[in-house]
Amino acid sequence: MKKELKLKVNGQPYELYIKPKTLLVQVLRDHVGLTGTKRGCNDSSCGACTIMLNGMAVKSCSILALQANGCEVVTVEGLAKGNKLSPLQRAFLDHGSYQCGFCTPGMLMSSTALLAENPKPTKEEIKEGIDGNICRCTGYNSIIRAVTAVVKGEYKEAK
Amino acid sequence: MTSKFSVIGQRVHNIDGTEKVTGSAKYTFDVVLPNMLYGKILRSPHPHAKILKIDTRQAKKLIGVKAVVTGKDTLGRKQGIWRRFPELCDEEILCRAKTRYIGDPVAAVAAIDEDTAEEALDLIEVEYEPLPAVFDPLEAIKEDAPQVHDGVELNININRHIEWGDVDEAFRKCDHIREDQFKCSSQAHVCMETHDAVASFGHNGKLTVWTSTQSSYYIQRLYADMLDMRESDIRVMNRHTGGGFGSKFELDSAQFCAAILSQKLCQPVKIVLTREEEFTATKRRTPMYYFLKLGAKKDGTLLAKEARVITEGGAYTAMGATALYLTGFFSSFPYKFPNYRYDGYRVYTNTEPSSAMRGFGAPQSTFCGESQLDMMAEDLGIDPIELRRKNGMTPDYEVPGQAFIQSCGLHQCLDKIEETIEKRGKLPPNHGIGVASYGFMSGGIFNWFNTPYAFSAAVVRINIDGKADVFTGACDIGQGSNTTLAMICAEELGIKLEDVRVFSGDTGICPPDLGAWGSRQTLMSGNAVKRAAAECKSQIMEFAAAKMGVNIVYDLDIKDGWIHIVNRPERGVSYYDIVKGAIRGKDGVAIMGRGHYTPHRKGMISPAYSFGVQAAEVAVDVETGRYKLVNVTTAHESGTVINPVGIEGQLEGAIMMAGGYGYCEDQPMDEGKILNPSIADYKLIRSLDMPETEILEIDTYEPEGPFGAKEAGEGLTNPTAGAIGNAVYKAVGVRINDLPITPEKVFKALKEKEKKKKAK
Ligand code: FES
Ligand code: FES
Repeated sequence: MKKELKLKVNGQPYELYIKPKTLLVQVLRDHVGLTGTKRGCNDSSCGACTIMLNGMAVKSCSILALQANGCEVVTVEGLAKGNKLSPLQRAFLDHGSYQCGFCTPGMLMSSTALLAENPKPTKEEIKEGIDGNICRCTGYNSIIRAVTAVVKGEYKEAK
Repeated sequence: MTSKFSVIGQRVHNIDGTEKVTGSAKYTFDVVLPNMLYGKILRSPHPHAKILKIDTRQAKKLIGVKAVVTGKDTLGRKQGIWRRFPELCDEEILCRAKTRYIGDPVAAVAAIDEDTAEEALDLIEVEYEPLPAVFDPLEAIKEDAPQVHDGVELNININRHIEWGDVDEAFRKCDHIREDQFKCSSQAHVCMETHDAVASFGHNGKLTVWTSTQSSYYIQRLYADMLDMRESDIRVMNRHTGGGFGSKFELDSAQFCAAILSQKLCQPVKIVLTREEEFTATKRRTPMYYFLKLGAKKDGTLLAKEARVITEGGAYTAMGATALYLTGFFSSFPYKFPNYRYDGYRVYTNTEPSSAMRGFGAPQSTFCGESQLDMMAEDLGIDPIELRRKNGMTPDYEVPGQAFIQSCGLHQCLDKIEETIEKRGKLPPNHGIGVASYGFMSGGIFNWFNTPYAFSAAVVRINIDGKADVFTGACDIGQGSNTTLAMICAEELGIKLEDVRVFSGDTGICPPDLGAWGSRQTLMSGNAVKRAAAECKSQIMEFAAAKMGVNIVYDLDIKDGWIHIVNRPERGVSYYDIVKGAIRGKDGVAIMGRGHYTPHRKGMISPAYSFGVQAAEVAVDVETGRYKLVNVTTAHESGTVINPVGIEGQLEGAIMMAGGYGYCEDQPMDEGKILNPSIADYKLIRSLDMPETEILEIDTYEPEGPFGAKEAGEGLTNPTAGAIGNAVYKAVGVRINDLPITPEKVFKALKEKEKKKKAK
């Protein structure tokens, strides 16, 4: 029996009919068609599926889509404003904070949520902020450098 | 210092960077085609069993199921990368008569969605007759051990012997000899994108495949063998690929089953392995038993080394045969042993097959060798760095009968590391710094795959606007080869990086290339691209020279889009204008260049080698044995640095992976069953465990490489486990010879040490 799901994704309202046990990650990828959000495990241990739910970083494989009913979701596709990349996206580019890029959407969402909550995190807090995200390629330090550069104000929000 | 290069050595964004930070990069995982079905694979729950009967009738009846296939639907052929040796092509992928490990595929389903396919798996009835199984290679080589493959004596899949000098005689001349045993554990690749494929057979009998792979060409060729097709009827495309690390260049179950299912239906079939399948039913790093004998003179001259190795092969040959060979060769590295002997045996067991993983046998040999070297240094009362300096390889050295080393910066690396250690001064209590040296190849020379093509080939096309398109079979799996190759092309042509587009890893449009393994793409694919670009350049220069009417004694070159006389750079013409004129003048035919590279007369292993030295600092808690990786500093030389951001990324990433190998990663098994098949249970280094990393780039120039460059991908994975082991010893005086060096092992060893002390 399908159920109705209403949610906003990157500011756009959606009304969908889904099987109740559908995970949020599936809805975003398969129903809404935003494949930027990745899936690396499906048991909330890798962080590749991290999105922002009402401003908080959440692993979208760890909740049913219906639990997000009425909520606002931001995915990696929602970070840039039009053709202007967000400060973190630009910092990731400059610092080579991605290689294969499969963890990158999740890393960006975890760090975006971290800075939204705590604009001046210490290095240790940055590490904690992305500790739920596995990256098998970069060794994390370039990601930490990118976030640090944003914290230091080296990247301004694009007008 | 002004660089003689315009593009090479610059800190650039990867050419696919914006796609990756915006989520628009498309991976195979994201491919959706009209009319596409989803596949799932049924796998053996037994480590070793005869398949008596498979009943798929109930599964086929389930609404939404479109096809169920078993080994009977295949040609019954066996795949293997060592195609020159048919007996080493031993993997059916869909088993017909027998399964050999927990996870061996026995059937596959295609259905309208993944849930339905999953449900159908439960409805397939397989009758097995479990057979006695064997899990440890030391058991498997016994006379009465169960046979994993019929007719294979003592389950020995393959053996390798390497020898030079007179080893026995040399040992007689040694003042001191050590014999030590080591055990190297398994390790999972843990690519963030699991193995996946979308296979689509058309009614015209042609196959198109999107897949996450390190070698589109290998996959195409292996499909051709397994499906009895002509290779040009198969198009394999690697899209953005979410990591490889050695796990993605053999035909895998997702690729093969998707194709078999699609062949039946002429509909696209997508299979994405689950994370659990990724852990239990792909391939993994080869576990090894290592026996090392090392002999030295009092003054520290290493006279002889002998290595005997038994590896846990698992159920199939895979790339494990190459790992067996390379661990033997690299066990002599990076030292000048006048006498050396290696005997390695790869043994079949009823476990997940072991194969290639970043470093390809060298992380194992380096852990054991560098641990033993520190023990030898202590025995002889010589400083470990001094011992390495005394015996380390130097430029223009020949490994007797095996290899020619041209560039080698090992000694500069040793100096640099010694300097940084000294600078750090006295360490806090229970801290220790351990050192390990390493070297690695820039692509393999061997051709067990039996390709008739050049190892690397490239085509460069210059368009009317002066932009260049590179076509290469190289595969960018995240290591950034597309960016490196674009930089090489731009440098050769004297144009901007933005002026280059790269089309890669698509067998439909790119010339064959063996792909991303053995650290071969910068040197081999790079040389091919450089030559292709040079061929374009010479065509452009013909037109430029005609236009400029210069005296023939003058040299022309291109820099920053300006074609000029080398000695009079102000006299020139715009590259872009000349290209326009040249293409018109050629009756509208685009300017094309072809390049290829196959090593000849470069020894048996590789045309070039990278070197380095790493120092790891640990802080041990003596109460619990827990320790922290504080800092890892690496002096590394990889010839000319093409893409500095890329090298830093390779280095830091390698420390995460190799540090994990030394520190925590393992795949414990019970009767062939992997006990930790999830990211939650498989412990790997997360951001909080990641040490500080420092890179000291040493300048060298490799004559064989494009613009002097060589590898920077895998070699970096070799030293860390050994450096950690040596650091723990320095910190608290306990030596762990079996990987990973877990806090439990350190704790136990500390207790033991205390007991011994008390007993005195
Ligand atoms: S897919 Fe959600 S945490 Fe891994
Ligand atoms: S960039 Fe590959 S997993 Fe992070």
